Amino acid sequence: MKAKIIITPKKAVLDPQGKTVQSALAHMGYTGVTGVHVGKYLEIDLAPGTDKAAAHAALNEAAHKFLSNPVIEDYRLEIE
Amino acid sequence: MHFVVLQFPASNCDQDCVHAVRVLGHTSGLVWHKETSLGAADAVIVPGGFSYGDYLRCGAIARFSPVMQAVKQFADHGGLVLGICNGFQILCEAGLLPGALIRNRDLQFHCEQVFLKTASFDSPFTCKIPRDKLLKIPIAHGEGCYFADEATLAGLKSNHQILWQYCDAKGELTETSNPNGSLLNIAGLCNERRNVAGLMPHPDRASEEILGSADGRFIFESMIAALLEKPAAKAA
Repeated sequence: MKAKIIITPKKAVLDPQGKTVQSALAHMGYTGVTGVHVGKYLEIDLAPGTDKAAAHAALNEAAHKFLSNPVIEDYRLEIE
Repeated sequence: MHFVVLQFPASNCDQDCVHAVRVLGHTSGLVWHKETSLGAADAVIVPGGFSYGDYLRCGAIARFSPVMQAVKQFADHGGLVLGICNGFQILCEAGLLPGALIRNRDLQFHCEQVFLKTASFDSPFTCKIPRDKLLKIPIAHGEGCYFADEATLAGLKSNHQILWQYCDAKGELTETSNPNGSLLNIAGLCNERRNVAGLMPHPDRASEEILGSADGRFIFESMIAALLEKPAAKAA
């Protein structure tokens, strides 16, 4: 069982990495790219038989208070 | 006065801070991050470095170190807490200061002297800075771009919580004098209660003329003067 957390910079936050990657893509000839946002991806292994709802609640809390910083980042949590 | 300097794994300016305080004729000592008590502290410095290797986000892991509970209590009792560089990042992550510090606008690590304009002299961290003095203090960071949402920025302005701003040699707050893209050229600020402050520049590295500048002293001297006026709340 795995949890996946995708963390991205909030839209209002300056994202110099995203901007730099976007302009590099343009230089390489990849047209039509209107925005790039560089974030983080966390893959969390969970013990077999873990209660999905409980794990979701716990990881949601962890993502909010530790794994992401709500001042600058948004996150999306999936368990599969 | 006795200054406690915290020490996390990969703090690297802890000894500089201890030295800077001793140069001013006061005592200071290190407290390891696993401690749950600060001991007899009059003030706390959270020093610069790369606590926990800057993993996840700068300061994100250090803020959960046991000693940070004691720092929170100390701050809640009105004790003076100063975060320098990584220490500033830790205090923001801990919620003791508003906002966050993100990657420098140009993605580069900046290690250089900057000029700082003091935006408010009404704090225990700025009260002894001469009124017309620009502080020449070095920075050394890759993630010092100050960010906060509009509402937070408005609060910082109306409460005069912005303490230092990056400026040029004439004291103008220009884009080119802003080394990292910080909003409003913010280099350092304090909480609403004015007893917790943080800044990206290193006053500890500018505390003696032999280091190229002694302007950092004004910040430590301000804290000492404030403490002498009003003894610190002792925390557990």
